[in-house]
Amino acid sequence: MAKQGPAYYSPYPAATYEGVITPPEGKALLLEEVVDEETAMREVARVMLTSENPTIFPGPQVLYGWNEESKKKAKVIKEMSEVLNAQMIPMYDYRPKYPKIDPEVEINPNHPNLTIWNNNIKAAIFIGVHCHYANVALKIVRAETDCYTIAMCGLSGHEDAMATLRDQHTEELEKFVKIAKEVKQELGV
Amino acid sequence: MSKISDMTKTHNWSGQKLVSTDHLLFEAPRTKHFMTGSEVLKEAVKRCTVDASVSYPITPQSEAAHLIGELWAEGYVGVYFRGENEFGVMSEVAGCSMAGARTITTTSGPGTLRAMENFAMWSGTRAPMQLILMARGINSPLTIQPDNLEVQYLLETGMMIWYAENVQELFDMSIAAFTVAEKPDVHVPIVTVVDGFFVSHTREAVMLPEDDIALFPYEPYKAPLPPIDSEMPPGRFLRDPFVMKSNYISYATHASWQWEVRSAVERSRPYAEHFLKGLVHVSGDENAEIAFIACGTASQQSKEAERELAKLGVKTKVIKLRTIRPFPEKELIEALEGVKYAFVPEFNVVGWLSNEVRSALYGKCDTEIVAGPRVGGGMSMPAEAIIAEVMEKVNPGKGA
Repeated sequence: MAKQGPAYYSPYPAATYEGVITPPEGKALLLEEVVDEETAMREVARVMLTSENPTIFPGPQVLYGWNEESKKKAKVIKEMSEVLNAQMIPMYDYRPKYPKIDPEVEINPNHPNLTIWNNNIKAAIFIGVHCHYANVALKIVRAETDCYTIAMCGLSGHEDAMATLRDQHTEELEKFVKIAKEVKQELGV
Repeated sequence: MSKISDMTKTHNWSGQKLVSTDHLLFEAPRTKHFMTGSEVLKEAVKRCTVDASVSYPITPQSEAAHLIGELWAEGYVGVYFRGENEFGVMSEVAGCSMAGARTITTTSGPGTLRAMENFAMWSGTRAPMQLILMARGINSPLTIQPDNLEVQYLLETGMMIWYAENVQELFDMSIAAFTVAEKPDVHVPIVTVVDGFFVSHTREAVMLPEDDIALFPYEPYKAPLPPIDSEMPPGRFLRDPFVMKSNYISYATHASWQWEVRSAVERSRPYAEHFLKGLVHVSGDENAEIAFIACGTASQQSKEAERELAKLGVKTKVIKLRTIRPFPEKELIEALEGVKYAFVPEFNVVGWLSNEVRSALYGKCDTEIVAGPRVGGGMSMPAEAIIAEVMEKVNPGKGA
């Protein structure tokens, strides 16, 4: 089991209550610091490439072919996982599961810590997860695990992730993959 | 009747040109009109491409609800109907909003309490509807007089709460309210409060843009959760509350969900800052050692007291709170720099605003907070009452 986070088993405190909110347009967030998007992308790539069991959690918005954008994003995310040497565990829906989820094959916003504990995941990217469920999950993960969480969001971002990139569409994801390749080469991993 | 034509990329169903909120609020030319709060709310809703409105009569908001109904008949509002009672109305509003409709309703006083359970459900389901609360007293004794006691009951529902001082602010705020409530990282309901009668029934000069422009429609596909589904929370919670007490969901979800709703309200700060031009407005003598902290028409009366006190040589300033949720703690502390005494004039009997102020400032500010004067509803807030309270503090036992 992973070590508990700084808030033990309680999701409290939420980042907004520490004065941290989503970054402004064109910017990103590393912990509580507002930074340029490229700076955040480099740090995110470094963390993913140097942490144990890096994982991408793709959500319904990129798992299903809702539209052309979803399909394009899905292809880039597959390439991203290869560049980052990351496994993929899907959050394919948000339904409560009985008696509990199988943490080997899925992550669920109602108990995301189970998947992270079971697989000893130390860095993870949430992508394509609807914002509300991402936020609910990120607060729990933040409180109960020592996993470095990264939100790649198509809308405004997520302050409860350790790193958040906002307005991430296909073009931005391709830019991230390019940067990740550079960082990978620099690190020699 | 409603929906004269189909929505296009440039025009809504009533033929109004679609414009940004910034254009509607800050750039479009305006002309002067003379209107009551109820009438001006009709003008605001007319310019907001509203999909649905549900109403139920209760004084003093009945006229506003009726006028929104006229907008439906004129083709500006998509759906309009009267609910069975306030509980029914707020439930139906939830259905409209969760289905992806930009939705508005209005209520007052006891109607607010009758619908109470729904408000926490609204925010818990992240539905971005707008409630216009034309504040009135709550029983008992039965009152249809000015008061704002019901706001106390709404404070911890997880909704945003903005407070308009006058007819002009009601117009501008109710337009901005939709925009902020619908931001994907906010996306919680919003209550725009005005004091009943003083604003709802009082005719004032108001500057309005032309009515051939309107807000772009709500985009439900940018919502932070997909359309409601009875198998998935929050729909699953509404269908089967026991799911929260079973192995299906960790207890942490319940806590995290609630913090997320409140976090959403916190994320509204920069948007409110932009559209309201600040979460607080300060007027009067900026170097004053005496301040009034007020919202709604109590801030109008405080301004009158500020002018009268200036004639007596007593310098004061008025700190008007425009948002109650989120509470403008940082802005209030800044505005109170150098202030020795801050009075909190209120219409209600419990002093919910002074409680909020004291709670927010505890240990962070040296200003002495004076919880009053309070009129307990049923009447206006006489400037004389505010002046007497101040003079008793600065000139004890000698009056004004």
